Amino acid sequence: MSGNTSAPRHEASAGHSGVEIAKIMLHTFVAYVEDKPGVLTRVASLFRRLNINIISLTVGRSERSGFSRMTIVADASDEAGHRIRASLYKLEDVAEVDDISGVSAVTRELALIKVAANAESRSGVFELAEVFRARIVDLAPESLMIEITGVESKIEGLIQVLNERENRVLEVCRSGKMTMRRGHHTSRVLRAMGVADIPDGIEPVDPD
Amino acid sequence: MTQTDFHPHSPTRLTGAEILWATLVGEGVTEVFGYPGGAILPAYDALRKFPIRHILVRHEQGAAHMADGYARASGRVGVAIATSGPGATNLVTGIATAMMDSIPIVCITGQVSSKVLGSDAFQEIDITGITLPVTKHNFLISRAEDIAPAIRAAFQIAQSGRPGPVLVDITKDAQQASAIFDFNGAKPRPYSPHPMLHCTDHKLHQAAELIRKAERPVILAGHGILQARAGEQVRTLAERMQIPVGMTLLGLGAFPASHPLNMGMMGMHGESWVNQAIQEADLLIACGMRFDDRVIGTPATYALKAKKIHIEIDPAEINKNIPVDVALVGDLREVLEQLLPLLPGRDGSAWLRSIEESKGTAAVRDIRNLPDSGHLYAAHVMHDLWRITEGRAIVATDVGQHQMWEAQYYHHDHPRTLITSGGLGTMGFALPAGIGAKFACPEREVWVIAGDGGFQMTASELATIAQEKLKINIAVINNGYLGMVRQWQEFFYERNYQSTPLVSPDFVKLADAHGIAGAAVRTRSELADVVHRARQHDGPFLINFLVEQEDSVYPMIPAGSALHEMIRRPDQNPLIETPQDS
Ligand SMILES: Cc1ncc(C[n+]2csc(CCOP(=O)(O)OP(=O)(O)O)c2C)c(N)n1
Ligand SMILES: [Mg+2]
Repeated sequence: MSGNTSAPRHEASAGHSGVEIAKIMLHTFVAYVEDKPGVLTRVASLFRRLNINIISLTVGRSERSGFSRMTIVADASDEAGHRIRASLYKLEDVAEVDDISGVSAVTRELALIKVAANAESRSGVFELAEVFRARIVDLAPESLMIEITGVESKIEGLIQVLNERENRVLEVCRSGKMTMRRGHHTSRVLRAMGVADIPDGIEPVDPD
Repeated sequence: MTQTDFHPHSPTRLTGAEILWATLVGEGVTEVFGYPGGAILPAYDALRKFPIRHILVRHEQGAAHMADGYARASGRVGVAIATSGPGATNLVTGIATAMMDSIPIVCITGQVSSKVLGSDAFQEIDITGITLPVTKHNFLISRAEDIAPAIRAAFQIAQSGRPGPVLVDITKDAQQASAIFDFNGAKPRPYSPHPMLHCTDHKLHQAAELIRKAERPVILAGHGILQARAGEQVRTLAERMQIPVGMTLLGLGAFPASHPLNMGMMGMHGESWVNQAIQEADLLIACGMRFDDRVIGTPATYALKAKKIHIEIDPAEINKNIPVDVALVGDLREVLEQLLPLLPGRDGSAWLRSIEESKGTAAVRDIRNLPDSGHLYAAHVMHDLWRITEGRAIVATDVGQHQMWEAQYYHHDHPRTLITSGGLGTMGFALPAGIGAKFACPEREVWVIAGDGGFQMTASELATIAQEKLKINIAVINNGYLGMVRQWQEFFYERNYQSTPLVSPDFVKLADAHGIAGAAVRTRSELADVVHRARQHDGPFLINFLVEQEDSVYPMIPAGSALHEMIRRPDQNPLIETPQDS
């Protein structure tokens, strides 16, 4: 994982000129995979084979029993996005794949940050945490731990400000991104609504 | 247990080993190709109770290629079996070969007992890890009750959608334990097609419109036609719309070579006019082919004037190598059946005539005209084999020059008569694949055509032929070189023949040592007699064809060049073909 700060497309602000968006961009996939040994390897191996770097990967239980939900963020061209989705579907253990780059979605990341702080320097960190709507979850004589949830830029912002203070950042643990489409829409509903306007051959089609 | 109650209709308690065979029997398996060892011994011990013929190979690579040849010749799933560790790793080249060409095979490997998994036990190897990128799917099974469901799922996965190899790794203790065997209960959940298959009415109409309006259309006929059994539909499309057809290597046989609309093979060693027609075309209709780099030259220069329709079952192939205008993603046969009613007919004579004219002297210049200098050319061998066998044999070729000459001179009119490794280009494929094909089609005449190099990679399977008493004819095209590599050295490396001259054993004596008859052929005049003798001989027969050593395959598109940038045969030789030759 890198500290890449470029925003995925679905977080780019609407008025963006788009000129600086390179051909390579961040693609975000949500995949439902069977909760079995080896599945993570199969998914990761697919990206490795294509020589595509996984920027972030989160896995956890989902609303479907027996299935885990993955959010995968990867560096990939637009065409590669189609191929990755199609290739993910070719894996036996993958039940559903959604490419949510460029759609309206909520993306969050969780971070735990441990900073050096003693009795004197704590209060400044408390204030900062308040501004960032973060929480202090552990307090020790020489350190404290901050829990923060938000979009990537917010977390990076807090880390940056902390680095600018005399409180040394001792440890950072970030969850990687979790993403969910807004509203009740599945990709099928979206297509029925005619929202997806995607070039030939790369339009998402749901399992029936 | 006797041989008759192997496949119980009601659930029965069996050992894991018995469950393995009973499930294979239930799946219709009658032959498996394999090699025993410690971790698979329980399975071998149980084999005698089941009506399955086991063919003992001489190297597990051979087992995988035999399963592959079996599948290519018959369309049924081929099965290979091996022990853990080195047995399993020896399968890998064969599995990768099947993967690259989408061939349905199931490989079964023994594994160390589940208690010691991961402990580097004797002959333990992580074969599911190793084969992950070269299988469509694989299973590690450590409980007897999981064997039947895994084997049944493996058969479904291997054959469905875009076919491919599946490996099932079974621990020794799972083979030894017992469980209730219930064949019907082990049925996999119904096959669900790839969710991104996509062939709407709108798309079909778009495609039909392009086809109706095209002035210079070309059909690109690939391996998918055989896989989808869509030969009839492609033929109807070509005939009704008067569209010329170019073939990929693996497509050969899917559309009759002798059909007037069949232009021949495309690509690196394809006919010049086929490649020219593709470059000139205003529409390409790709049927079950994947725009492999061996057929497109380079994407930047490929068929720039053409719109492209891609009919393909694997959505991951769409826009992978060549961007297309209309993608019909689905089973080729089903798609064509929906498309054909939208196509009323068309006059294509002007375009067909212009292709015919473009042939000019190319037909005789590059391929047909070989000097009758008393020397023997590989092309003579292929051409005469084709005539003598009336194009009806199943031919398994190896990889190299002879493979391309076979494709150029042996005209395949019938599906599944060419067995060759296209995607991986695996030397050593021909002999074991030919053996597999013979088991699949015992009544058919089978010829193995291999180079002197590739033949020696798996020549040990001669012993398998002898042990199994197979009537297989073997043609070794002996040019004293790793010919195709020598050709590249001649063209691109200033004739620096580094490590390509090849000293070989006397192949006829080698055959003899296996109790296999054989003869050498040095001139074209002796060729026909010896071929007749081989065919009539009651048993396997090997012919060592001592051919011209520094001949090259023409035309050739250098890797990375455009389709029209061909290297042509340097000399215009006088035409020696007699009328009955063509
Ligand atoms: C296993 C393997 N190793 C190396 C190669 C590279 N290769 C391709 S063709 C060829 C030469 C084949 O020589 P031979 O079998 O004598 O056939 P010829 O080209 O002379 O007809 C080689 C070495 C390969 N395709 N497969
Ligand atoms: Mg050779």
